[in-house]
Formats: sequence, structure tokens, C-alpha cells
Amino acid sequence: MADDTTPHHAGSGGTGADSVPPPGGSGPAGGPWTGATGRLSGLGVSQGRAAGPVLRMAGPPALPAPRAVTDPDAEAATVSGALESVAADLNRRAKAAGGEAAEILEALAMIAEDPMLLEEAERLAREGSDAPHALDAAFTGHREALAALGGYLAERAADLDDLRHRAVAFALGLPMPGLPDPGHPYVLAAADLSPADTAGLGPDVLALVTERGGPTSHTAILARGRGLPAVVACDGIMAVGEGTVIGVDGGTGEIAVGLTTPEAAEVNEADRARRARLAASEGPGLTSDGHPVKLLHNIGSAADLRSEELRAEGVGLFRTEFLFLDRKQAPSFEEQVAAYAEVFRRVEHVIVRTLDAGTDKPLPFLGLPEEDNPALGVRGLRVDRLLPDVLDTQLDAIAAAARETGTRPEVMAPMVTTVAEAGAFARRARAKGITRVGVMVEVPAAALRASRLLQEVDFLSIGTNDLAQYTFAADRQHSSLADLLDPCQPALLELIAMCARAGREAGKPVGVCGEAAGDPLLAPLLVGLGVTSLSMAPVCVPLVREALASLTFEQCRERALAALE
Amino acid sequence: MAQRTVVVASASGLHARPAKLFVQAAVKVGVPVTIRAGEKSVPAKSMLGVLSLGAVHGTEVTLEADGPGADEALDTLAALLSRDLDAEEALDG
Repeated sequence: MADDTTPHHAGSGGTGADSVPPPGGSGPAGGPWTGATGRLSGLGVSQGRAAGPVLRMAGPPALPAPRAVTDPDAEAATVSGALESVAADLNRRAKAAGGEAAEILEALAMIAEDPMLLEEAERLAREGSDAPHALDAAFTGHREALAALGGYLAERAADLDDLRHRAVAFALGLPMPGLPDPGHPYVLAAADLSPADTAGLGPDVLALVTERGGPTSHTAILARGRGLPAVVACDGIMAVGEGTVIGVDGGTGEIAVGLTTPEAAEVNEADRARRARLAASEGPGLTSDGHPVKLLHNIGSAADLRSEELRAEGVGLFRTEFLFLDRKQAPSFEEQVAAYAEVFRRVEHVIVRTLDAGTDKPLPFLGLPEEDNPALGVRGLRVDRLLPDVLDTQLDAIAAAARETGTRPEVMAPMVTTVAEAGAFARRARAKGITRVGVMVEVPAAALRASRLLQEVDFLSIGTNDLAQYTFAADRQHSSLADLLDPCQPALLELIAMCARAGREAGKPVGVCGEAAGDPLLAPLLVGLGVTSLSMAPVCVPLVREALASLTFEQCRERALAALE
Repeated sequence: MAQRTVVVASASGLHARPAKLFVQAAVKVGVPVTIRAGEKSVPAKSMLGVLSLGAVHGTEVTLEADGPGADEALDTLAALLSRDLDAEEALDG
């Protein structure tokens, strides 16, 4: 099953004599994986290869020292030109984006065109400020006025900062901060990417490379979800010249710097062929000797269920928080019923995860106080301690959507720590008429009590990212701790094995829905540990299916035992 | 000076989408209109001004304009404010 498009494969992306196919089947499209100006290496977190010119995400412009103004009218003209250009750029992006994103961008454009803002900035310019300082001062004044009003308006202060950065960058002749939008395909490089940055990623992005970040960082998750090759923790990427053509191997983490255009085209062509081959794969998850492993999807809404892509056996993780993002008020019962019913109608087997929020994933309407240590604070099911109505409404809505669609969805709670929490959650869900109830295992305390948890609930679903973070006391965003977050760490595997054993004894399913489930090298190992289902980003399913089909269950077990050594 | 006093009907107040629709309409009427809530009065064409009124659902606001077309402009804008623009959004979706 080696990739036949890679005659010069150096072995870095594959696993040598091992019988597992190389991850993603990626290999160099001719010649060693290096460019004319050398190579960089980082941590490959999303399979596949791509090549193209690298563009960096620019940071906010620094304001230089004020400059003596000789022509105040010219400064005023620069001010109005900057604001007009910012508005025009936002309006152009609004047209391209459509839908809700367009509404937000248009509203931002209206602020950039605000007559009060313009008047103020022009007045400052006429009084002798240079254009960048006039813009900065005008924005700062309005920003402070909004921040002082508090609540919703204080949140808009961040929008003003963004507009200020754009206008000042324009006046200084610097690239617009934020995602590049050059109008052609490119590789995006950044120090790090926030969820807000990545939400706006357009189709022109070929691959992601960041200087920071670990295997479970937002960049990694986003990239895997979209099937974009990605490398994180890559030293030196920010020093590569803007526009240099680089090749990115999201499996090995290697970056070839200074490819020629034909070389880049060859890489992209080979990757297209790989994707086409994988896209054709379908059927249930089976090892080569027929041991079944459910392959499920992780989704955020019905929009993730494009029917032609639902080649999995159901949804193992329906993340409901996407419904709650950017909301000033909790979505109503009716709205929730509609959103859940839309998913239930289309997929028979669905596990709904109740709201997973907290100060690390803040939702404005919850109004949670800031915490010194959000990862160890009120998050997941713990939010219920402060706001029980949120979970009650959600469970009612899930039950109502189930009745409406005649389906039997399952629910599970995130961040469960104790058997008592699991029991209380299960009783509440069952009282509302939900028949199958499970909990996520993300906290070592829960894994250690897996047998007792299974006396309370019908199934367990292991979230490997958080379980690794809490087992190794290592922040999942911390790039220098990436080795501790490696899902192959024996201590983590031991906890997973403990849960799987408890499941086997109780005759109840134990799945994995963390990032490890979608990794074609790890999936067989998890199966060998006794995990009964794997839930992953839709794009990962074909790779995992292929990896499992190449091994017997006994070979999976051998791998698991070797990894536990 | 023509005047109209209306109560903001949108569920989220004069923020977000309702504010955007109001400011867009104010630009379109072609007559300078001011909007006042309590002591504070701002040009209706200014998004920042309108947001800074902090008008919520149920806030009473006064629209003012002068000269030809003032009455028509005020009627249009007052009608817009007395609709629940958030509910209309939900129907769109």
C-alpha cells in the first residue's frame, strides 16, 4: 500500500518496514524533501503535502514617533483615504464571505466610514498631527468611550482596535494586519493562530505553519478538520522571506524552503491524487481480520454533515457549543430543538455532547468570572454548578428534538470528574427521556474510576487532548511541552487501557473522540487497547479506515502492548 | 424642527444588526437626522454614535430633522425602530 507516486521516498514520512501505510501516503514528488535554500522542521500535525508562496500574518502596526507635518491638508487626505480603503476592503470581503460573516464585516465597514470618526481624525490632522497619529487618537477616543459603557459595547472596543490597526497600517504603507488575502493560493505562516484568525481562513490557504503551538493546539485541530497540511512548533518560519515558495509536509513536519514553481506544482498534483484516492474509500471500520471498530464523525452542526461525505457510521461527537458561540443570550429552547433535530433527521446514531464551555472557551452569555487558571476552573459540566438552567434547557431540547424526529440520540457530559457527577448527570438526562447516557473521560480521576462510572452510565468517550493535558500537567497550547502531549505517552495509554478494560467487563462501549482517534498511526494502537469506536474529523475517516484495514486485530494488540512498555 | 419619539422594539436593542439597519437607512434618507436618548444626541448616520447611546429594548429615543423631506425621513426611520429587527433576522435564517 506504499504510495506509488513517490519513487524517491526518503522514508521520513513512512514507517519503514512496518506494515502501516505512510501517513496520508504522502511522499516527495521527486527528489529529497528540501528546497534550494534548505529546510526547516517542526511538528507535523495534519497529514498531507502542499507547496506555494509563504505569506505571513502581519501583526498590529507599531506607531512610529510623531513626525513634523508640513502639509496638514495632505495628512487629512491620507486620513480619509485610509478609512475609505479599510471600509472598501471590509466590504469586498463581506461580498466574498456572504451570510452572517458578511453582516459582521459590513457593520465593521460602517464603523470605519463613521462620519464622527472621520471628522475627529481629520480635525486632528488639520491641527498638525501626522495621519497615523491622528487616526490612532481618533480611534482611541471612541474606543475608550465604548469601553466605558461596558457590557456589549465594551466587546465592540476590540472591533475598534482591529479597525485602528488596519487604518494605521494603511497610513504607514504597511501590509494590512490579519490574514493575507493576495487573491492566489499561499501557505500561511504565523507566530500562532487564534480561533478568531482561523475562522476567517479562505480557500486560498494551502497549508499552515506556525512558530508556536502543539499537536492539540487550535491550529492543529482546525487544519485536520479542513484537511489542510499543517506544521506547528516550527522554529525559523517567521524568518523565511515573504513570498518564498515552500513545501509543507504535515506528516513529518518538514518544510522545504525555496522550491521552484514546477516543483511546487508537482507536490500539489501528487497530493490531489492522494486525496482523490482517499475520498473514494468507504464502508464500516474493520481490521483486516474483520474486527469491527465504529468510525464516527466529530461535528459542530448539521452544516458539517454534507451527505456525500458522511461515510462514517454515525456521529460520535456533536459539539453543541458552536450553537452558543458569539451569543449575547443563550439560544432559546426552540432554536436548540431545531438545530438538534436537523442533525438527528440526517444521522441515525448521534452522540450529543452537552455544552462544553468555561473560561478557557468563554461564552459571553454565561458571564463567568475570570479565573487565574481556566483549564483547572469552571468548565464543561462544572458550569452546571453555577448555571443549572443551561443544562436543563439543553437536555429538554435534545429530548424534544428526539421525539420530533423519532430518533434515539445519546448524550454525554464533558469534563466529568467523579462518579457522583456522572450519576447525577445520568439521572437528569434519563428523567428527561434520553435513554442512553455517557460521560467523557478527560480527567485522570475519571479514568481511574472507569469501572464505577460504567455502573452509572451506558458508555464512555475519551477526550485524549484534555486527558493528556491533565495527566501530564502540560498546557495543550504550550509548544515547548509538545513531547509531553504526545498521545503515545505510556501513562496516557495506560489510562485509556483502563477505561477500555472497564468497558469490556461491563459489556459497554468505550470510544475515543480526541485528536488521537483521527491519527492513522495511533488509531490501530487505540483499537489494540480495546477501544470500540473512534470519532474524528470527517476528513480523517478514510485514512483511519485504510490504516485499520491493513492490520489484524492481533497486530493492533501487539502495537498497543509495545507502546505500553 | 420635526420630531418623532419612538420606543426601540428590537429584542437586542439598538446594537448589532438593528443598529446597522438603522444607520444604513439613515444614510439613505438623505436628510441629516439626529437621534437622542436621554441627554445624548448623535447623528443617525454615525454607527459609533448610535451604538454609544446604549439604547436597549424599550428605550425611548427621539429623532429630529429639519427642512424639506424631514417628515418623510423621520417617518421611515421611526417605523424601522418600532419593528423587532432581531425577530426578522430569525425569520431570514
